[in-house]
Amino acid sequence: MTDENPQKPFDEAEYRRRQRSRANLMGWILGALALLFFFITMARMVPHS
Amino acid sequence: MAQSLTHGEMSLPADWRDLFALTKPRVMSLVVFTALCGLLAAPGSVHPVLAFSSILAIALGAGASGALNQWYEAGLDAKMKRTAGRPLPAGRLDPQTALHFGVGLAAFSVFLMLFAANWQAAVLLTVSILFYVFVYTMWLKPRTPQNIVIGGAAGAFPPLIGWVAATGGVAPLPVLLFLLIFLWTPPHFWALALFVRSDYAAAGIPMMPVVAGESSTRRQILFYALIMAAAAIAPWPLGYTGALYGWTAVLLSALFVLLSIQVGTRRTGEDDRMQPEKRLFAYSIAYLFILFGAVVADHWWPL
Repeated sequence: MTDENPQKPFDEAEYRRRQRSRANLMGWILGALALLFFFITMARMVPHS
Repeated sequence: MAQSLTHGEMSLPADWRDLFALTKPRVMSLVVFTALCGLLAAPGSVHPVLAFSSILAIALGAGASGALNQWYEAGLDAKMKRTAGRPLPAGRLDPQTALHFGVGLAAFSVFLMLFAANWQAAVLLTVSILFYVFVYTMWLKPRTPQNIVIGGAAGAFPPLIGWVAATGGVAPLPVLLFLLIFLWTPPHFWALALFVRSDYAAAGIPMMPVVAGESSTRRQILFYALIMAAAAIAPWPLGYTGALYGWTAVLLSALFVLLSIQVGTRRTGEDDRMQPEKRLFAYSIAYLFILFGAVVADHWWPL
């Protein structure tokens, strides 16, 4: 019986590269959000004229 | 239900570029710009950090809507030349990741708006996301050629949300700006639909040129262009904007109507290159950018 849904060979190097790139990006985004939320809190505490 | 694509058991983690493409960045640029104009044209002043955060929330909300739209329409996108290269139909992203990404982004955008602006803007943002996903994408688009007419409301929300984020309330000017985008959407999308008609027909989407035919679509483009022009000029005689916006709206809308007359009154042959339709489509984008820029310029430097 032939395989009707042949799968591409698993490329571990590409898997790791993407995992690393996503983890790095997530780190930067979370850092930026922490800063943004800090600044929003500051902005809400100080009345803006 | 999403017309999902099958993937291997061991799929690769999504590339960030594909997730970014899922948010329809080009559409997002118009959303961000009109929202920013709504916010800047509002009376009073907003702290720059809060203004930035509110616009970011609107951009993320638009991105979430785009992602959920692409998740739901993956099967249809695969049938159209224009959209077959998108991450989901091309198989670079699995549907579950797209769904999680879209829902997560939508929830975060509303939370950010609530934190940075006010509950009124957060409610409007929620309504606009839900309207785009459930009313336009899932209900209207596959069922009626009026999909763009009613669904246009989803794209018309950003200036209203921007204004509400700045003031906490609704006023006549942002409602008129909402109406302007609402009436601009049919001629903009039908001009596009005329030159990608075969794509929509292949996917079975009942766009106006597919269902009602070309000549009816052309007449309706002209009809909507005329009432859109009236809505665009209306803020000036009604006293909500000054002469700077007024004259800009008069001149730009006159050109819009002229281009629509070209499209509305012509007949095409077999090998027509659809130049007037492409010109109207391209101009309609510039039209909205310049007109909204004029709203802000008029507010800051009244003549």
